[in-house]
Amino acid sequence: MTKVTVAEEWLNACAGCEIAILNVGDVLVDLLVNNLDFVHIPVILDKKYFGQTGEEKELSIPEAVVGIVSGGVRNEEHKEVLLEMRKKCQILIALGTCATDGGIPAMINMYTEEELKQFYYKDSPTTDPAEYPTEHIPPLLDNCYALDEIVKVDLSLPGCPPHPDWIAGAILSLLDGKTDYKMPERSVCDACPTIREYKKSMADIKRLYYEAEFDPEKPLSDMRCLLEQGLMCLGPVTHVGCGGTKGAPRCISARVPCRGCYGPIRKGAKPLVDYMGAMASVGFDPAKMPDRRGYLARFAGAHGVLKKIG
Amino acid sequence: MGKTLNIAPITRIEGHASVAIHLDDTGNVSDAKMHVLSLRGFEQFVIGRPVEEVPRIVTRICGICPWQHHLASNKAADECLGVELPPTGRKLRELCQMMAYIPDKILHFYFLAAPDFVLGPDADYSVRNVVGIIGANPELAKKVVHMRYKAQMMLEKFSGKVIHPIAGVVGGFSKPLLEEERKEILAGIQELKDFSIFTIKFAREEVFPKYLDAVKILGVFPSGYLGTVRPSDGALELYDGELRLMDQNGNYDQFKYSEYMDYIGEHTEPWSYLKFPYAKKWGQLKLDENDPVGVYRANTLARINVCDKMATPLAQEELDIFRKAFGRPTHLTLLYHWARLIELVQCCERAEELLNDPEITGREYRAKNIEPRAGEGVGCVEAARGTLIHHYKTDDNGMVTMANLIVGTTHNNAPMNLSVKQAAKALIKDGKYDQGILNRVEMAIRAYDP
Repeated sequence: MTKVTVAEEWLNACAGCEIAILNVGDVLVDLLVNNLDFVHIPVILDKKYFGQTGEEKELSIPEAVVGIVSGGVRNEEHKEVLLEMRKKCQILIALGTCATDGGIPAMINMYTEEELKQFYYKDSPTTDPAEYPTEHIPPLLDNCYALDEIVKVDLSLPGCPPHPDWIAGAILSLLDGKTDYKMPERSVCDACPTIREYKKSMADIKRLYYEAEFDPEKPLSDMRCLLEQGLMCLGPVTHVGCGGTKGAPRCISARVPCRGCYGPIRKGAKPLVDYMGAMASVGFDPAKMPDRRGYLARFAGAHGVLKKIG
Repeated sequence: MGKTLNIAPITRIEGHASVAIHLDDTGNVSDAKMHVLSLRGFEQFVIGRPVEEVPRIVTRICGICPWQHHLASNKAADECLGVELPPTGRKLRELCQMMAYIPDKILHFYFLAAPDFVLGPDADYSVRNVVGIIGANPELAKKVVHMRYKAQMMLEKFSGKVIHPIAGVVGGFSKPLLEEERKEILAGIQELKDFSIFTIKFAREEVFPKYLDAVKILGVFPSGYLGTVRPSDGALELYDGELRLMDQNGNYDQFKYSEYMDYIGEHTEPWSYLKFPYAKKWGQLKLDENDPVGVYRANTLARINVCDKMATPLAQEELDIFRKAFGRPTHLTLLYHWARLIELVQCCERAEELLNDPEITGREYRAKNIEPRAGEGVGCVEAARGTLIHHYKTDDNGMVTMANLIVGTTHNNAPMNLSVKQAAKALIKDGKYDQGILNRVEMAIRAYDP
């Protein structure tokens, strides 16, 4: 059979999504040998933007049927690369929460570029104060953006990182000629086996230095819901999927509360508002929650959700 | 008229950088620089966050070494809040670090570095990659994919999440290790240890000897080295110890994490977002590959150079072979790849030791009664790319007021630039260059990667 051409890029990213692709596991070798033809993927393939000897003037990426992009858009070069990917790829996949919602790096949207550089290049206790660098480096944008704020995205796979089940699912579905692969629009709680009593425990809101109550010898299904234990679990307002197609939510498996790494449940959701309702429903006073933006928009600061404090 | 070769992106590394090689009228290299192209701003956006949350944020600095950032950050947060860890909590963290290192080193050697050595630096880019490796040796490639996957999944099963971990918490660990889990992981680690020993033998007998000539010249320059050692005997430490900063002749200072500011300064150049750390006591940083001042390197080769011995027996045997061939300190940049495999053996052996320690399955895995407070903490661990320094201050409510981070890649910014310059000048003469030559310049950078 003919192989499907794939181009992959990472922008304001950490490489966790690319490691997640590797964690598809043994199937990956067969896919690489028989089904997928990577024409551009900087993490494993030496294809260059300006020709292989770096003499061309225009940035160029080869044409591909499928384009995969991880990371948000933070500087002029990310933007240029993303526009080129959109131009050259028939189907564009946003891989990971940075690409779909800005991810952790979009927390920078709360601060100005001057604040950031003032500390990094002048005030840091180990740094010899210096002028800010400007030569031969792309200027930063005013914010960190999700991909769909810049180009049309055909398929979104959020997650920090996305579970290999969804990555494999999307690839196999595309190989099958289907272009409408979609993760279910449900919350982390829908995949969580813990016991909910739909009432508040006697406790107050607890920060992460408190331990959850559980018996390590017993399964998750014997543990009380962490939100009901007062642990500010973000399950109710977070997109399901971290445990893959079948598994329990990953943070809950480690007996710690969810922090929202799959982003909002659906496009346009308002986790900052919705969570207040979830807290109130189990009897907590949302006003007592510290650092609301840092918890509730930690992974979803793009799309104008996080703004400069100013 | 001169011209510039713009090698972008640097490939088969984790991260974003480009190299600009400037040629003069005669086609010789007048200058070469590695530009780091973005600034994400972690030091800024952890300000105002509760300090116990920071270990769950800074993981995203690096998707390849998230465990190391997670643990360095947890250590700094523990110190800010004045928490003493129970031994089981400390050992579970160290076990996770060892387990995280194993797939990482396998990944780097076989998937990122090996294409240059197994397929050759001049092979076309379309085959000089992991798919080419699969074609050249399908049985071994399948085994590599399987072993790496197994190592990742073991850690995931125990800790909940392997990429961007969550199980390290202020005060220790979020859950205990059960006896049946211990047995299962131990069996897996023993298999990985066998594979690691196979790998280092394979590398030193069949892969490296063919390229010893390149090893002796590519990207080579004299420098200092930074790594962590066990205070009692100077053995190579990855999880906890003291920092040792060695000069190019082998003399060193050894100091506690909290003293890092006395020894390390950071300089800025106008052409890279990334700063250039340097050894303060050696004078103002000078980026000259023939006479560098203040330049030190981190990562595997640095740790192997600064340590007096390895912490485990089979790794020690490998260090003996290595030192006999290359001495101490050795400045040969491509030996990072060899040093990495010696550490791989130690990681497997150390994981095995920890799993055989009765305390590892203890039930006091997390300190109790932690309260927010104003404080300060410096947490360090050794990551694949080098020493991680996380330094935080908190207010009375345990919220972060200052965060200073010096991480693996940053330490190596100056040396990577010098290696690039050295390699470009040595390889490009009279306007003659091709893909293979330019790839060799990139190989000088790849050596420093995870």
